[in-house]
Amino acid sequence: MMFDLTGKRALVTGASGAIGAAIAQTLAERGAQVALSGTRREALEAVAARIGAAAHVCPTNLADPQAVEALVPAAQAAMGGLDILVNNAGLTRDNLALRLKDEDWQTVLDVNLTAAFRLSRAALKGMMKARFGRIISITSIVGVTGNPGQANYAASKAGMIGLTKSLAAEVASRGVTVNCIAPGFIESPMTAALPEAQQDKLTQGIPMGRMGTPDDIAAAALYLASPEAAYVTGQTLHVNGGMAMI
Amino acid sequence: MSDVAERVKKIVVEHLGVDEAKVTEQASFIDDLGADSLDTVELVMAFEEEFGCEIPDDAAEKILTVKDAISFINENAG
Repeated sequence: MMFDLTGKRALVTGASGAIGAAIAQTLAERGAQVALSGTRREALEAVAARIGAAAHVCPTNLADPQAVEALVPAAQAAMGGLDILVNNAGLTRDNLALRLKDEDWQTVLDVNLTAAFRLSRAALKGMMKARFGRIISITSIVGVTGNPGQANYAASKAGMIGLTKSLAAEVASRGVTVNCIAPGFIESPMTAALPEAQQDKLTQGIPMGRMGTPDDIAAAALYLASPEAAYVTGQTLHVNGGMAMI
Repeated sequence: MSDVAERVKKIVVEHLGVDEAKVTEQASFIDDLGADSLDTVELVMAFEEEFGCEIPDDAAEKILTVKDAISFINENAG
């Protein structure tokens, strides 16, 4: 079977969100154990219940540096190691740059970018030693194109891409790959909250004629996590229905 | 003392895949043994594991030769 993750151990941050939960479930379906990180314990436990015995719940507030440092060791202890890290957690604090508060800039950078770096650094030690590892960071189309009202979010997502390329170059010789997935518009509570007229307008800009689903992202994550993707590193895989071709 | 030296040399030989004869105490990991910067990080990780000690980043940066490693471990481990 291709894309077989039997025996692999994955940590997914933001695992209670639509995309994070789909990624965790897909990796588990292919045989991986999955540690689920997020801020809401109950929501994580609901995801874990759907996945079954392969899931481990690791509640974490990624805005807290000490909690970030403790997460990889906790996941390793729960699963006996860590082969796949999925930096999926992210938040938005949208505002026009002229009105953007320092605090909202910092929070978004801390959670979306700095936590991803710290978790990657912690995970790399074991991966390098094992001569196998996969780090997959969920960036965004706006990290490449920019977006009005999202200077902080777009900067954090562009930062992830630069981080990924640098890490990829550092550890490629050790069998560890580091890649990004850049979703376009994905069906989620965030996009469902948009007015219908705006959703229609967004969809018109997508050649595929529809928003993406969390499963579209999960399939990309499964590929990048798999042994078959061993020669793919430092890349950003755009999963956006053709809305931007880069 | 010589035990530490033997264990350090064994790790270096295994990790860098170099001939044991080249791993003298004066040998520089990068200049003489063909290590790259990532190899030196991995060597420090291997020393930490073998000797059950923690090598802080500022000390690790000063471990450039086989002798540096042996001296640090003799002074700080066990």
